[in-house]
Parts: sequence; structure tokens; C-alpha cells
Amino acid sequence: MVEPAVNRDTILEWLADVPDPEIPVLTIMDLGIVRDVECGTGVVVSLAPTYSGCPATEVIESSVIAALEDRGIANVTVKRVLSPPWTTDWISDVGREKLREYGIAPPERGASKRALLRGQHGIPCPRCESANTELVSEFGSTACKAAYRFADCLEPFEYFKCI
Amino acid sequence: MTPEQTLTAYVLRLGDNALVLGQRMLELVAAYPELEEELANANFALDYIGQARMFYSYAGELEGAGRSEDDFAYFRPEHEFRNLLLVEQPNGHFGDTIVRQVLFDVYYLSLLEALTRCSDKRLADIAARAEKEVRYHLRHCAQWLVRLGDGTDESHRKAQQSLDELWRYTSEMFAADALDEAVLTSFNGPDLGEIAVEWQKDVSTIVEEATLSMPQEQHMASGGKQGKHTEYFGYLVAEMQSLPRTYPGATW
Repeated sequence: MVEPAVNRDTILEWLADVPDPEIPVLTIMDLGIVRDVECGTGVVVSLAPTYSGCPATEVIESSVIAALEDRGIANVTVKRVLSPPWTTDWISDVGREKLREYGIAPPERGASKRALLRGQHGIPCPRCESANTELVSEFGSTACKAAYRFADCLEPFEYFKCI
Repeated sequence: MTPEQTLTAYVLRLGDNALVLGQRMLELVAAYPELEEELANANFALDYIGQARMFYSYAGELEGAGRSEDDFAYFRPEHEFRNLLLVEQPNGHFGDTIVRQVLFDVYYLSLLEALTRCSDKRLADIAARAEKEVRYHLRHCAQWLVRLGDGTDESHRKAQQSLDELWRYTSEMFAADALDEAVLTSFNGPDLGEIAVEWQKDVSTIVEEATLSMPQEQHMASGGKQGKHTEYFGYLVAEMQSLPRTYPGATW
């Protein structure tokens, strides 16, 4: 029997190739959902779910297993960790820049308590940075996005919700 | 009951609330008159179903009898569900749906916040995850209630009527039974008396902003926590369980 000659850093590099199935421009490393990698007789990857009901969770778990198996690691386990809970603050700076280039306004920093009745205003347009924008719908094409539009030219864009 | 049994029963009850409310909302999927609210509703429902799965998986592990989340959702009879009567109430019109959501979410948010401080780590972790979602739901629904109450004469009248009719199901949320007491004592669980005070304050803030009136004192209904449900619940359970019961063990 041959032990897999890989270390944690190599695994992390490989995981940086696994895209988020709903926003493929982001990798799971950009999203900040990879919490730990343990290499022993097998490899255990700890992932934090983004939203409780996110349909991508299971797809991501099987992509992680597939990505490592493709590189010859046979014994891969994915563990779900809830603590500390994922928030949009876990998205890396690189991830935020990728989102902006892709046309999705990145989430504001500081996911925290929000007032009972107030919404968010002035989300800057990812294309021109103008804050003259308006909320179209709190709920967009996937669970994690809201729909906005730029008030001057009415160009619609998506905002990665701060949660 | 041992502490494990107490926790299992309590976590199941949390799962039942999330599942039943999620199922009610799923009835509206593809039925909303407007795309935006269609998406909002489907998003909410997905969160509740996701939370139910986390609670049920944990309950199954605690119980240690090999029951899965699907066993809890699909193979228990109506009287074994311990959800609140409020969450099983029919969707009615949009005002009914929104009022039900606001009344429950204000309570649920406080409950989850309190559970993040409980002594059982896993339950606290699930609560921390769910709390962030419910906060977002509540904001959305509270804004809708304000729009309905402070909208046209008809929307105001209907919203007030929804509030008056659903009110009778609210006191059950705060009536601590032996299980609530046991979780409070053994696991530093939520104090329902404190939550009732917060709820009253938050609900009256929203109701006032919506130019509506707090309902009069009235007869209060209860029984959900003991498995005694309203007449509407059996239909929900029958529809939800029909497929897995017809094809047990089917996968796709």
C-alpha cells in the first residue's frame, strides 16, 4: 500500500480549482467555505455551508471529492462544520474583485445585526462604481443574490447579499 | 427523561416548526402573481427546509435509533409532529401569509438568538447559522406588512383582519411546557418569558409603523406542542408524505 504523498498545501492548491456551481467565477477557496484540511491515511476536508438550504452544498461536496479523486486521492471525506457560521465576510478580497469583474456587486463588509425595518441603500454599481442605484428585489436568481439597478441608465445588476 | 432524550425531543420540535412552515410556503411555489415575491418565497422556503434538515439530522444522531431526516419528515403520523399551530395555518391571501410570517419570525429570531448561547454546542451552531437567514426574512416580511397596512384602504383592512385572526395562535409560542423548562434548566435554553417581552415590543413596533392596531385580548388556541393540531394540518401532512409513502425508499 502506498500512502498519498501529498500535504495540506497541495490539497489547498487543488481545492482552489473547484468552482462554486452557482457563481463559477468564484472558487470555493475565494468563497471562504474551506475551513480545514487534514491529511492522514485519507484526506478530510471541512466545509462550511453558506445558507442552510443552499442547493449547491451537495454539489460542492461531490465536486471536492471528484477533484481530489482525479488527482489520485482515494480516501476523501467531506465534513460539514457549522461553527463559526459562514457569512459574506468570509469571501476573500480576490473573490470580491472577481465578483466585481463578473458584474456582481460584492457584499458589504460587516455582516451583522440590521435594523428591523431598514433595507440597504447605495450599493455601488459593479461597472461604474456609482452609488446611484436602487433595489429591484431582495431576492435574485439564486438564494445569495439580490437584484439592483443603476438609476441613471437603468442597467440591472446583481448584488451578493450581505448576510 | 434523560438529558439526551430532552434534547432530542426539543430539537425535533424545532425541526417540525421549520419543516411545516417551509412546506406551507412550498405550496405557493409557482403560484405567486409576481416574480420577485415568487423568488422571495421560494428562497425563504428553501432556508426553512434546510434548517429542518439540520435539526432532524441532529435529532436522529441524538436518538441513536437510526432514524434519518426523511424518517422524521415523511414517516411520522400527524400527532407526532410538535410544531406550533401558527406555522400550520393555511396560506390564505397574501396578507395572511405575511402576517403569519412576521408573527412567527419575530419569535423565531429571538429564540434562535437565545439558542446560540445554549450549552449544547451543536444546537448553538445550528441556531447561529439559521439566525442570519431569519433576520433577513423578517426584514423583508416586516417591510411588506408596513406596505400592506399603510397602503390602500382595502390592504389595510385585510392586513388588520389577518392580524386579528392569527393572533389567537401566538400565545402558544410563549407558554413554556415541561420540555421548554427542562431545556432552560439543563441546557441554558431560551427563557420564553423574556422572549415574550421582546416579541411584544418588536411586533408592536412593526404594527405601529404599519398603521395597524394591536389585536384585542381574545381566546387563545394551543395544542401544537402536544401534537393536537388544527384541522388544516392533516391535509398538509398527507400531501407532503404521499410520495415517499407510495414509493418508500425511492431515490432520484
